[in-house]
Amino acid sequence: MNVFASSVSRVWREQKYKYRLLGGECKGCGTRFYPYRRHCYICGSEDVKIIELPRKGRLITYTIIYSPPSDFHLQQPYIVGIVELDDGTRVLAQVTDIHPEEVKNGLRVEAVFRKYREQGEDGIIEYGIKFRPSLK
Amino acid sequence: MKVSDVSIVGYGAYIPMYRIKDAEIARVWGRDPKRVPIEEKSVPGPDEDSLTIAVEATLNALKRAKIPKEKIGAILVGSESPPYAVKPSATVLAEVIGVNRIVAVDMEFACRAGTTAIQSIIGMVSSGMIEAGIAIGTDTAQGRPGDELEFTAAAGAASFVISKKGSEDIAVFEGSFSYITDTPDFWRREGQRFPRHAYRFTGEPAYFRHIYNAAKGLMEELGLRPSDFSHVVFHQPNVKFPLRIASRLGFSKEQLKHGLLSGYVGNTYAAASLIGLANVLDNSSVGERILVVSFGSGAGSDAFSLVVEDGIEAKRDLAPKVFDYINRKKYVDYSFYSKFRKNIAIR
Amino acid sequence: MEKVYVCGVGATPISEHWEFSLRDLMVEAASRALNDSKLSKKDIEAVYIGNMSSGVLQGQEHLGSLFTTWFGIPGVSAQKCEAACASGGVAFHQAFLAVASGVYDCVLALGVEKMSDANTYDVTSALIMADDQDYVAFTGVSFVGLNALIYRRYMEKFNVKQEDIALFAVHDHKYAVNNPLAQYRKAITIDTVLNSPVVADPIRLLECAPIGDGAAAILLCSEDLVKKIEKDNVIEVVGSAAATDILSLHNRKDLVTLNATKIAVRKALQMANIEIKDVDIVELHDAFTILGVIHLEDLGFAKKGEGWKLVKEGEIEKDGKIPVNMMGGLKARGHPVGATGIYEIIDLVTQLRGEAGKNQVDDAEIGLAQNVGGVGGTVTVNILKRIR
Repeated sequence: MNVFASSVSRVWREQKYKYRLLGGECKGCGTRFYPYRRHCYICGSEDVKIIELPRKGRLITYTIIYSPPSDFHLQQPYIVGIVELDDGTRVLAQVTDIHPEEVKNGLRVEAVFRKYREQGEDGIIEYGIKFRPSLK
Repeated sequence: MKVSDVSIVGYGAYIPMYRIKDAEIARVWGRDPKRVPIEEKSVPGPDEDSLTIAVEATLNALKRAKIPKEKIGAILVGSESPPYAVKPSATVLAEVIGVNRIVAVDMEFACRAGTTAIQSIIGMVSSGMIEAGIAIGTDTAQGRPGDELEFTAAAGAASFVISKKGSEDIAVFEGSFSYITDTPDFWRREGQRFPRHAYRFTGEPAYFRHIYNAAKGLMEELGLRPSDFSHVVFHQPNVKFPLRIASRLGFSKEQLKHGLLSGYVGNTYAAASLIGLANVLDNSSVGERILVVSFGSGAGSDAFSLVVEDGIEAKRDLAPKVFDYINRKKYVDYSFYSKFRKNIAIR
Repeated sequence: MEKVYVCGVGATPISEHWEFSLRDLMVEAASRALNDSKLSKKDIEAVYIGNMSSGVLQGQEHLGSLFTTWFGIPGVSAQKCEAACASGGVAFHQAFLAVASGVYDCVLALGVEKMSDANTYDVTSALIMADDQDYVAFTGVSFVGLNALIYRRYMEKFNVKQEDIALFAVHDHKYAVNNPLAQYRKAITIDTVLNSPVVADPIRLLECAPIGDGAAAILLCSEDLVKKIEKDNVIEVVGSAAATDILSLHNRKDLVTLNATKIAVRKALQMANIEIKDVDIVELHDAFTILGVIHLEDLGFAKKGEGWKLVKEGEIEKDGKIPVNMMGGLKARGHPVGATGIYEIIDLVTQLRGEAGKNQVDDAEIGLAQNVGGVGGTVTVNILKRIR
């Protein structure tokens, strides 16, 4: 198990950004990004507003993982992709509720709250946002 | 118990995508595939649990409720399959919505946990303690491999935003009634993974007795008869039981129609009667009266009477409907079902 | 700025070295470099060690002091440099700066990685540390997976077939046959590549650099020292630069360009006072075939979307317009992560010294080595020139 990434406090610290898809909007240059960070990585401005990103978008690239890192080893195969949300912000996330053979670029997707991993049988559960094919 | 000025302002449901046919379960355990209680049941995906499905149902309910999140004073989650034995799902739900200054707590009463949550929220709203609250029934039921109940133990969630009666109500509560006894028809001991049940004892002394008494009690108190209701929803562990109790109480199959979904998705435990209610709301008209009677082993029933209000017309289409989820399905075989349900011993 | 020269190189073969530990590998590479230079231990004044994952895979940090103790040069300044898979290139850049500043006359740049003590799942977990742990590793994506996102995007954007990109692996293996240090010394065909198992769709196993152990070392010295040791061929480091880019793919506008390569190559060329067309041979960081193609474009050898044509048309062969990865590249020579940057430069030095045997490029005078960390989060470009 990845000892260092799995610290409870560390998971807790990032929770709200993951649960609510909280990004940042730089007041300096207008860039919107995920996740939120205090300093804009494009222009360096420290005037970044925290925003709730749109929940729908489309898949612009993806892969299917067949050789996972240790914590994910029983989940294979799973799909990871970059979703371009309807406001242009891009997010990296798993794509769920779809068979690997059915995924393709351009797929309309929507955000859903799912389990990413469990820290063993008796550890905490890490939740976050994945994307699934849009219902409508 | 009479209820005044409390309404449902938002509702939502969620059913996972996967299904397994009862005939497939029968195949593995050597049963007759023609003598199974239902056609198929819902199966939660490997990245789902009773908390994640409650989140989606709740976000749907909030889409319909259209109230600012600051008005939510309580979140109560009813489930018998929470991901943690100690650590409530309600607090995660609160975090997802983005509120801290609220009452957030999990409740348990087998399949009645969702309606138990509704009772409490009605109480908190009525008393003026809170302006609005969310009551959720959710389960990813633990079906013991090889047991009768494996054929029906399914997964689903339904969520209701309840507030003081206002101008955009979906349905208003007329009254509620609860009937309980100490009846050990189905139970799960601390530390055990799967529940146990008492076979035929779960019928007359449990399901039928409590639903009958709760329904009768409510109707007597409100001075109503079966013909006053357009729709009736019962807890639905299979298809036979709700049909039989409906008949015994004097309700017709027509009244049961929209509220009986176990044939499509199985028994979603704490969500069962509530998903039935959500589907009724998806298909009802203004002015129609609805009777909902849950049943939870242990045992008890909650009965509610509601009348559909104007708000339903504009709000119905603001979020996915129950049948949007019922019609979204992919079948798995028993091996994948077992893998998803973690019934295969690992490490 | 003082001039900086290469006065010794040495490296271990790349393999699963079951018999040799991390410290054994470091010491062996340093010894070989020292022998090659004809200098002695007491000449070394500072050490920069490139390594990515000694902490997580070996439970070992503080490689600087570990090395000076195990090598027997106590008291000497020594530190680990880390920039994911660009750690070696960064260690070299630091060593270059140390001599160029005039403070030191003789500095050792060493790269080492010991990967085979961990199982593949744990190595996969370690490698994704090259990207954001909380928001990228969190999704379960593997490092190969990140590159697969680039690969798919590239194929779609420029309408290129996988078989044309996968050719890069065939190229690397062809030249590794004649490299005694290479991890894989057998030629392979495009069919073998395309039929190998999928690791992260669409990337096939044989399109990926292997996991292996190795250490490589280069001694850099000042003009004064080079004159003293009277070497036959003198190789000067004429350009050295490092740059970073936005860490994660999803935060970048362009998924198929590594901006850090463009910045680093521009700075290095400027320092060397040459243009890209003056470069005779190239070592680039093809951890995956798609990267080989993209680096050709970002370094300036092809237009965006056309790098694969250079491969297909044979322009990167020994007698092509721009010979690339003449000793096997990452795919076949190997990629012990933190050491690769140093191996690349040693492969250049071998060519510039005329010691490449069957792989020798005629009249190789200026060589460029590009080393990449993460998905381009860090890129170093180092340019070497044969003086005589």
